[in-house]
Amino acid sequence: MTKCYHCSDNCGTTAIVFDEKNFCCNGCKTVYEIFQTNDLTYFYDLQSGAGTSPKAIEGKYDFLDSDKISQRLIEFDDGTIQIVNLFIPGIHCSSCIWVLENLKKLHPGVTNSQVDFPKKMIRVTFKRAGISLKDLVILLARIGYEPYISLDDYDKGQSTTDRSILYKLGVAGFAFGNIMFLSFPEYFEVGEFWLDQYKGLFRWLMFAFSLPVVFYAGSDYFISAYKGLRSKLLNIDVPIALGILVLFLRSSFEIAFNLGSGFFDSLTGLIFFLLIGRFFQQKTYSFLSFERDYKSYFPIAVTRLNEKKKEETVQVYDIKRGDRLLIRNKELIPVDGILISNKAQIDYSFVTGESEPVKKNSGDKVFAGGRQTYGAIEIETLKSVSQSYLTQLWSNSVFEKDKATTFQTLTDSIGKRFTIAVLTIAFIAASFWMFHDSSKALNVFTAVLIIACPCAIALAAPFTLGNMLRIFGRNKFYLKDSGVIEQLALIDTAIFDKTGTITTTQSSAITYEGMELTAEEESLLKNTLRASNHPLSRSLYELLKEHNIETLDDYTEYTGKGVHGVKDKSDIKVGSADFVGHQQQSDYKSTAVHVSTNDLYKGCFVFHNNYREGVSEVFENMGHYLDLAVISGDNEGEKGRLEKLLPKLTPLFFNQKPTDKLEFIKELQANDKKVLMVGDGLNDAGALAQSNVGLAISENINVFSPACDGILDATKFRYLNKYILASKKAMKIIKLCFVLSLMYNVVGLYFAVTGQLEPVIAAILMPLSSISIVAFATLATNMIGKKLN
Amino acid sequence: MSVIYLLLTISIVVALVFFAAFIISVRSGQYDDSYTPSVRMLFEDELIKTKAAKSDPKIKKSIQLNKKQKL
Repeated sequence: MTKCYHCSDNCGTTAIVFDEKNFCCNGCKTVYEIFQTNDLTYFYDLQSGAGTSPKAIEGKYDFLDSDKISQRLIEFDDGTIQIVNLFIPGIHCSSCIWVLENLKKLHPGVTNSQVDFPKKMIRVTFKRAGISLKDLVILLARIGYEPYISLDDYDKGQSTTDRSILYKLGVAGFAFGNIMFLSFPEYFEVGEFWLDQYKGLFRWLMFAFSLPVVFYAGSDYFISAYKGLRSKLLNIDVPIALGILVLFLRSSFEIAFNLGSGFFDSLTGLIFFLLIGRFFQQKTYSFLSFERDYKSYFPIAVTRLNEKKKEETVQVYDIKRGDRLLIRNKELIPVDGILISNKAQIDYSFVTGESEPVKKNSGDKVFAGGRQTYGAIEIETLKSVSQSYLTQLWSNSVFEKDKATTFQTLTDSIGKRFTIAVLTIAFIAASFWMFHDSSKALNVFTAVLIIACPCAIALAAPFTLGNMLRIFGRNKFYLKDSGVIEQLALIDTAIFDKTGTITTTQSSAITYEGMELTAEEESLLKNTLRASNHPLSRSLYELLKEHNIETLDDYTEYTGKGVHGVKDKSDIKVGSADFVGHQQQSDYKSTAVHVSTNDLYKGCFVFHNNYREGVSEVFENMGHYLDLAVISGDNEGEKGRLEKLLPKLTPLFFNQKPTDKLEFIKELQANDKKVLMVGDGLNDAGALAQSNVGLAISENINVFSPACDGILDATKFRYLNKYILASKKAMKIIKLCFVLSLMYNVVGLYFAVTGQLEPVIAAILMPLSSISIVAFATLATNMIGKKLN
Repeated sequence: MSVIYLLLTISIVVALVFFAAFIISVRSGQYDDSYTPSVRMLFEDELIKTKAAKSDPKIKKSIQLNKKQKL
């Protein structure tokens, strides 16, 4: 087996040899030539076979000639120099970084290019006079790094990254370190003469350092606590904000009246640790987007034919009813319309997940979201973009609601009881001291609030879930945020989409029905299929046994119908039923390829859905503790096979429209069910948004998936059950952490209630509890992670 | 003992310098992408690279010569 030198794909039988190297296609060879002539072959030394073969892009980027459109994409433009940020899904290794950052060697117009690997973005600075945006994009596409430009890029303005957490962390860390330094002398040698003299200075310096920490770095906790209280919720930030406030006020009071050194070290340490937890939790997969709607799929512009049959580029939003559009091969149909051209093959895999293209005849309706797969077609617009069948789904109110705000986390529900308990203890202890030694009452009251500040509790969830998020990420299960793990642990119902979710889109099982083919016929069939590029021909070709390569006497491909091959007076027709002359209508609703030789009907190859590995297992195991169902937009053609594959009595629903799926989940939720929806296509988008946890299955993570809470790599589908169980275990770890931190609180409360809380005790106890919780949470989640591998 | 004022001032000034350096580095976007620079620093300089590319064929030839000699 020979591997392509450029992309390491299998070259098959038709390797192109160039410069003593094998290439799978002309595209790969061309990229190699470009690199070679520009001294960039170091690309292959860094990592072998790391390239991507370029796709045909003829005319695809003509819209970038329009100033109005290109101005929206260009980030900076001073007349001579322009800067643009482009998203390139193909970036995947160090070779990619190297070659893209050497873009200036390929074209003198480019002055600088910088790759952001995690985001898969490239930032190119180029001279306006040297190279246009369109040429730049074409250059990138020619070397196999085609940028992805969608309607989304047109709509959104300049995005600013939020770095406030880093600033806050910096401020808190800076102040914490300095205050520790300044408070150290007083921990030990309280009686010394010189220390007494400069005590005031040290204390007021600490006070000054603590101001930005309390009012800037810790401001989020006050805001969150205020918001919680206003909506009558005692979330975990209430006791934290209370603790911070009491710490600050008591410490300021102490130094103002020269009573003690205050708790500034504990105060800043507390905020610093809390912010670290928040930072750790903020793991984001910046190359993935969980917020996509149809705009990420749609092109910015398409070709319109005006009255004089001239082609012009038109922005997608400007398409009006009645416009004639030209959709080229591999282009997406942006609006609902009527097909004008004779025939079309439309791939709706974006919308439905169905891999086989659908045939359409002149006069048929075509829906937005389909991709034309064969030649160029003309359509007449029926509806504008926002009113199209598919895009209307996004006007549903589900897409406006934020799931996170309606969900009460475990930490918050603990926080509520915790706050009540702490306040009760504080009041009881204070009133006890009122009778015994009233001078100590206030001291004890504040000490209880300080030492009981639930720092460790607030850290348990961020560290456990944050670490879990990373472990899942390593196992190709990407979640939007740590809150999803908590939701996932609570689900009791799981709904699966069929096509593309439990079936694969890449390969299908093929069975032959009809008269047996002779060896010569099979050889002829294979040789005829060899020349065809239709996806069905390709999969059938792979299935057939090896035959010698023979040159056909005659070969014709009829777009949308089939292929016709002639060799030594025998001829073969492969394709649709009427193309091969088969009159009898079959009962099959599945896709079939019919074969006839010398005008005699032979039989047909039927394509079945191929189910993912481990589907039965996943359903079997999950069925033990979850209610399961399959909901599909397809017809009932596969019902029999599904019933055999899945556990008995699994409910199956067919012919469900996207809105039906959404309503189905809504109904379940009305019955107090926590629903997990597993889907893949845009048609599941509504259901994914409505469900408690929406997971998208993706064959290729770089390709787009609908808005969801998590993306699961299709190869890991059979581990879905394990992942759900792991998130349940993670929740148990958090509960254990709570118990552990409560034990520390009991010890601390003993000192506080008896009125012996010295700053040094607080300074030891608070970091100790936080660090041990963090260590426990990290170790325990890593244990779960090991079991997952 | 007023030396303590001097020492305190120095220590705080030094700390402030580092703090300012941190703020500037965050603001300039250094922390936005923490992965790519780690790869980028491993690339060799382009000058060395072209030299290496030119000298490559020579090395190959000499190896081939050796082989022939052995044969």
